[in-house]
Amino acid sequence: MASEKHILVALVANKPGVLNRVASLFRRRGFNIESITVGHTEKEGISRMTIVVNGDSATVEQVRKQLDKVIDVIKVHDITQDSVVDRELALIKVKTTSANRSEIIQIVDIFRANIVDVASDSLIVEVTGDEEKLNSLFRLLGSFGIREIARTGRLAMTRGIPAS
Amino acid sequence: MRLTGAQIICESLIKEGVEVMFGFPGGSLLPFYDTLPQYPQLRHILVRHEQGAAHAADGYARAAGRAGVCCATSGPGATNLVTGIANAYLDSSPVIALTGQVARPFIGKDAFQEIDITGITLPITKHNYVVMSAAEMANVLKEAFHIATTGRPGPVLIDVPRDVFVEEAEFHYPAKVDLPGYKPILRGHAAQIKKAARLINEAQRPVIISGRGVVISRAYEELRELAEKAQIPVITTLLGISSFPENHMLSLGMLGMHGMAHANMAVNEADLVIAVGMRFDDRATAKVSAFAPKARIIHVDIDPAEIGKNVRVDVPIVGDARDVLKDLNKEVITRARLDWISQMEAWRQCHPPRIVREGDDLIPQYVIHSICEVTEGNSIIVTGVGQHQMWSAQCFCYKKPNTLISSGGLGTMGFELPAAIGAKVGCPGETVWCVAGDGGFQMTIQELATVAQEKTAIKIAIINNGFLGMVRQWQELFYGRRYVATPLSGPDFVKIADAYGIPAMRVRTRLEVIPAIQKAMEHSGPFLIDFVVEPEENVYPMVPPGAALADLIEAPRTELVAPGSDRVSE
Repeated sequence: MASEKHILVALVANKPGVLNRVASLFRRRGFNIESITVGHTEKEGISRMTIVVNGDSATVEQVRKQLDKVIDVIKVHDITQDSVVDRELALIKVKTTSANRSEIIQIVDIFRANIVDVASDSLIVEVTGDEEKLNSLFRLLGSFGIREIARTGRLAMTRGIPAS
Repeated sequence: MRLTGAQIICESLIKEGVEVMFGFPGGSLLPFYDTLPQYPQLRHILVRHEQGAAHAADGYARAAGRAGVCCATSGPGATNLVTGIANAYLDSSPVIALTGQVARPFIGKDAFQEIDITGITLPITKHNYVVMSAAEMANVLKEAFHIATTGRPGPVLIDVPRDVFVEEAEFHYPAKVDLPGYKPILRGHAAQIKKAARLINEAQRPVIISGRGVVISRAYEELRELAEKAQIPVITTLLGISSFPENHMLSLGMLGMHGMAHANMAVNEADLVIAVGMRFDDRATAKVSAFAPKARIIHVDIDPAEIGKNVRVDVPIVGDARDVLKDLNKEVITRARLDWISQMEAWRQCHPPRIVREGDDLIPQYVIHSICEVTEGNSIIVTGVGQHQMWSAQCFCYKKPNTLISSGGLGTMGFELPAAIGAKVGCPGETVWCVAGDGGFQMTIQELATVAQEKTAIKIAIINNGFLGMVRQWQELFYGRRYVATPLSGPDFVKIADAYGIPAMRVRTRLEVIPAIQKAMEHSGPFLIDFVVEPEENVYPMVPPGAALADLIEAPRTELVAPGSDRVSE
């Protein structure tokens, strides 16, 4: 079976050690996490984990079931097949010179990204988007020299039922 | 009512129906132990090593069918529990492990006897807790017992800092738990049950493989009804032994690496496998890609994660074995399967179960067979892991439900003695035979002191072959008879028992076996027999590692003889 990226969304009790329980499970069963993001939800005491995991569908089904077994995990959905909005945020520190600064700013504008810090020899770009958009921006900015990248990992949410 | 954390624990244990716990005190548990005299209804059994406490709680839980409780102090006390907790985890045994922890201000400071036991036991517990205030205590205990004993049972560890034992809080034992992430499914999905029933009704050569889940959910009657109604032979896993009477016409015994030849053949030829409460462990399936090659598979298990984990499944049913079988029995039609059943008979004739080679030499199979004969099968057998375990599985005829307690998943040497103590404490009216190897017995031999102090009337049979037998067997068969680190000397077990104040005797010949077992049975207290057996006896049949179930090696055919019967003709 083909290995592909799956997006799992887990609602978990916001208790000490819950991230450790989830991470430990992935390690022990040999599942490969591509990214994991955790944050509060609209409900107090409940956090949301968005986990991107690589594997064939049988493996990912095992991941989902094993996650579901963790007592502090309330619900797990594999939303890979669903219609989802997924976003990632990245901060990119790019090397600049006075000669290429305006070119960089143009690229940033095209990507509807923001420049959030300017120094004499570098600037920091903040970009939000799906993985493809982020990767293309990294490629383009790569030619100027990238000093540092920080990425959040993916967040995902299924779309509402479209109004017809 | 305001109580201390320690009092809240005791009150909660009583509310949960706990009568006994196995433990070993220490610094951080002092306030807890100091509270015990206020609760005389809580019996405390002092073990000699914390591993023994965990195994005893496990043995108790399996025999009595309710949670077993063990406790240990912080640091080394807690880490000594680890093997026992892992054992309970792999065999789905409801054990509550209570550990002391250093006082809250010392946590994270690498204080004396501080260890992160919740971190350590994360992958080997169903759930675990650190109780950071006495106010949470009652809730944690309620949840812990609920989690340990429901769904697929398993161990739960509760770590309590020393100062939380003495902190006061209002005590109110909750009536219900609030665990939105934990809702075990008991009833099978109706459509899946109909689908399964259709497959069963249509099958020509079905087999049932019954696992420990059937024992845990006490689905004996329901299993029997299904087997008899639809005329389906019943095979068990190691831990499924005693879920179906082995003297029943439809019983084929255990499958797997050392399973009965006819059971393995039946799985190989079956067109339908009905797997109930078992998890397709590699020792049961052998080469998994060649497992039941002609069969469709119905898998009933309470743990959704077990379904599809190791083998492809045609009809998955998540639910409690008993509930599912009950529903299934309504849909399954009564029918005879004469061809298939007579095929079983033919295989059984050629490969008789519970075979014991004739002769004068004292072989281990004869010892187990004799325990069965003298007790008339009315005994709980407790084993560790290795050759003695396999002979205990093969040569005893298990007729009564839940009569084999064995370390299956983890395969823990030394499980047998403390687990037998737990089993006897849990079922004081039952005969309990601890069958041990001379290797494993030396791993927890110190619990003889517990036996003596508590006057636990277990009977101990040491299958003493002077080897770490199973490893030696593999060395003989697969490593050119190079016996590296497997020959072992032991103490004089009779003298050791005597030193502990336990009556004992040594048996070297077949003639002495039955009288010795009778003597042990007549004695009211604990009794130990050191059976000095043939050193290089092997366990057969055997499926070599990596081979398929059908490719089993049998003992030389001429040696196969059922005791008391004529030589089986080829």
